[in-house]
Amino acid sequence: MNRYAFSFAGTEISALPSGALHWPAEACLVVSDLHLGRSERYARRAGALLPPYEVEETLARLDADIAATAARMVICLGDTFDDLQAAELPEPRALLLARLMAGRRWVWIEGNHDPGPVGLGGEHRAELALGPLRFRHIAAPGARAEISGHYHPKLRLAGQSRRCFLVGGARVILPAYGTYTGGLGAEDPVLCDLMGAGAVAVLTGTVARPVPMPGKGRRG
Amino acid sequence: MRALPAPFSDWFSARGWSIHPHQRALLDRAADPALLLIAPTGGGKTLAGFLPTLAELADGARKGLHTLYISPLKALAADIRRNLTVPVTEMGLPIRIEDRTGDTSYTKRRRQRADPPHILLTTPESLALLLSYEDAPRIFAGLGRVIVDEVHALAESKRGDQLMLCLSRLQSLAPGLRRVGLSATVEDPGAIARFLARHPDPCAIVHADPGPDPDIAMLTTEAAPPWAGGGGRYAIPEVLAAIRRHRITLVFHNTRAQAELFFRDLWLANEDGLPIAIHHGSLAREARERVEAAMVAGELRAVVCTGSLDLGIDWGDVDLVIQVGAPKNVKRLVQRIGRANHRYNAPSKALLVPANRWEVVECQAALEAVKDHDLDGDPRGPGPRDVLCQHILVAACSGPFEADALYREVTSAGPYAALKRADFDACLDFCATGGYALKAYDRWQRLMVRDGRWTLRDPRAARDIRMNIGTITDAEMVKVRWQNRMGGAPLGEVEESFASTLTPGETFLIGGQVVRFVGLRELALEVAPAPGREPKIAVYSGTKFSTSTQLSERILRMLQAESWPDLPAATAEWLNLQREVSRLPAPDRLLVESFPAEGRAHLCIYGFMGRAAQQTLGLLLTHRMEELGLNPLGFVSTDYATLIRGLDPVTDAAALLDREGLRAGLGSWLAGNAVMKRTFRNVALVAGLIARNLPGARKSGRQATFSSDILYDTLRRYDPDHLLMQVTREEAMRGLVNFGRIEAMLDRVGGRIDHLTLPRVTPLAAPLFLEHGRVPVEGAARERLLAETAERLMAEAGLG
Repeated sequence: MNRYAFSFAGTEISALPSGALHWPAEACLVVSDLHLGRSERYARRAGALLPPYEVEETLARLDADIAATAARMVICLGDTFDDLQAAELPEPRALLLARLMAGRRWVWIEGNHDPGPVGLGGEHRAELALGPLRFRHIAAPGARAEISGHYHPKLRLAGQSRRCFLVGGARVILPAYGTYTGGLGAEDPVLCDLMGAGAVAVLTGTVARPVPMPGKGRRG
Repeated sequence: MRALPAPFSDWFSARGWSIHPHQRALLDRAADPALLLIAPTGGGKTLAGFLPTLAELADGARKGLHTLYISPLKALAADIRRNLTVPVTEMGLPIRIEDRTGDTSYTKRRRQRADPPHILLTTPESLALLLSYEDAPRIFAGLGRVIVDEVHALAESKRGDQLMLCLSRLQSLAPGLRRVGLSATVEDPGAIARFLARHPDPCAIVHADPGPDPDIAMLTTEAAPPWAGGGGRYAIPEVLAAIRRHRITLVFHNTRAQAELFFRDLWLANEDGLPIAIHHGSLAREARERVEAAMVAGELRAVVCTGSLDLGIDWGDVDLVIQVGAPKNVKRLVQRIGRANHRYNAPSKALLVPANRWEVVECQAALEAVKDHDLDGDPRGPGPRDVLCQHILVAACSGPFEADALYREVTSAGPYAALKRADFDACLDFCATGGYALKAYDRWQRLMVRDGRWTLRDPRAARDIRMNIGTITDAEMVKVRWQNRMGGAPLGEVEESFASTLTPGETFLIGGQVVRFVGLRELALEVAPAPGREPKIAVYSGTKFSTSTQLSERILRMLQAESWPDLPAATAEWLNLQREVSRLPAPDRLLVESFPAEGRAHLCIYGFMGRAAQQTLGLLLTHRMEELGLNPLGFVSTDYATLIRGLDPVTDAAALLDREGLRAGLGSWLAGNAVMKRTFRNVALVAGLIARNLPGARKSGRQATFSSDILYDTLRRYDPDHLLMQVTREEAMRGLVNFGRIEAMLDRVGGRIDHLTLPRVTPLAAPLFLEHGRVPVEGAARERLLAETAERLMAEAGLG
């Protein structure tokens, strides 16, 4: 299997090569920072015109992950939509999303890009506690057993840049799942401070591959 | 033969001049609908072009625009205005001459539209802009002649295609319009004539006396040229000595970066303090104009330059041209040599300086080609459709048009004579809707039919269209200037992609000075002087020309000789050694070598296809090796060979080089490559799919690249037959991708592949190890290295 399985706060969870987190005991799939509708937002601002197909692309990957893990529950860790206007999905995409949501528990965690409620069904939470784990958008300093997103971490290794999970004793930070998203280097002091010593970065790609988290002063 | 009108014969005789036969011929054939003059530099070409105009305007009876002169360079338009004003004033002719370029003031341009001069000197882009105005029919109604200068240079690019479409428009506005083309010596004058003339009008070709053969040789130097690299800095003592022996020397380089490095080292060695300047396209206009003025005033002994001095302007007293680096192209070499000695019937003097040992061979081949008058050039295909799309949009700006009429007009332009109606309609549809996959966006729906005529859906779109006129799609540039406390004066510009790699404190060379990057302010790079610091980087990835097909073939033939008495001993020994340990490449065979080096397997393919095609071959072959599990790591290409390194050796090169496999690779995998994306970006800019200048918001080059890359990926997946994808694939046959030359190489070789397995690096392959510009391959080998690195790091950290 190409996933990276690890123990965290008394649970057994896996980082998938796609950038989703899988918690088999709860049949739960966690994704973060889908940033759906980024192309429309740019187009509305008369900036770079990106074609509108990225929503389908992102949802198609999510569809595949849900199918592969047979997830009964999905948690989106915020910044699912680029802004509220983007959340008004046109018909075919709204249907695609509705199909994914049908028959499973679906939790939207609020992000900094999509703070308000959206008319798509599912539960809306600022945070969610489930078993020993606590899910929120932005990591809270000092928290424990926490799963979050927001930073879009990535890492350069052997001349290649990949999105990555950051896995430490106290928290896991997920990579961005969306198609058009930039990122923050894992060697950034903000991330180093959050993760502390001994953390591992798990590269996405064809195989979820763990490497030591680059400390301050060392670049990957 | 008509008598020369009195003011002209008096003027000529007052100077003790007599009219050249080709100038006479152009006067005699002034009524021809199209004429092409082929003349060497300094042959009185421009005057020949203008004499019929001056004769027709001499009686002062004419009002309004009579002659349009078009040159590829703004500077040339201004220069010709000055040069033409002299005889006109001296003969007392009642003729108003003005130039109009991007540099002309707004007020002056407005006045020119209201009250055009007799003779207007302009560029293709300024002409297209003029034609986009609603009053174009009034401005051009009485136009009698159009003179296209340096038509050989224009005919090589989309600028020429656009110009010919503009001429077809002009011809409709002024049906009696006569065309004259002025060209340097070219390999196929007939092709230029067909390009220029209204289809199917005839176009007579007038040949001026080509003058004596140039005096050209290779510079002999104390130090032998290095094994690899460019720049020719080893030859600086001899170059300085040559400059000292001549009045004015032009030192040509193939790239701006090389010119900068050479100029810096030349100054370090210039103990006599000879006045030497630098001139290239990335320098600020002010800097270039200073150099040009000093040159005209005779204050300089040498100018280190690039193609920016290839065309046009008469520098007077240049008596030596030095070409540093292999000329790559014989025709361009001959034209550069012509810059020396502008006096008619005096031989031009030139020296070639090979930058490395391989270029010694290439320079020798080029010398022989010049002696044999064997000019090179690849025939250009029909006019590209992205240019046509722009033309359609520009036509809509000037007013509603009927599709039938515009189609007839377009097919009267030489490059579009064979354009099918269906292709024209597809271009029109693209301009109207953006094409299938992009129909959802209003922005790309720009034309609509009203009362049977095509018109702009939103007249305000005309502003955007006008701002994007032109077919020059250079990389986005960022201005460089001194920081404010240094006065803030402009120095020039660098490519945005280069600028984005700079961090404050890093140094680079511009205008011959080492500067330190201070910061980015108002979209300009601010720099401070950093004299004496070693410039860490000096990159403007200016045009890298590929060695021409004809020159490459000549080199291959040369390699078949028994011995090379004309080559320097070091180079001849090197070739002999290659013959001993391996083989020398041959015209009708393909040499492929496999050998281990630096702990990796290497494969070297001597295709002699020029840098662009060798680069494409590298991309295609490494992809095939990836599929076959041969774990390629990367490759490097030069004009003559591609060297691939990988984890596993290749045993069957012939299978790798299978034509169908390569074609399939071009269709599928290469289609996703950055080179193809860049090709698409250029096409999308020309066709108006993406904008160069959005009013009010400057879009950075990176943003433009970003969105054009994503547009490309989208079209590839959802609309692969989109018009612009078709154009991109056509462009891929030449230019950056140049798959056409890979096909030609396979034809030439016809399956005769010599694959040699050798114990170590061969003499001919050795320089490739020193080449810059290695391309890494993203694939299983990288994944393997990544996995190894990850495991090692985990183990070291005690986490494994």
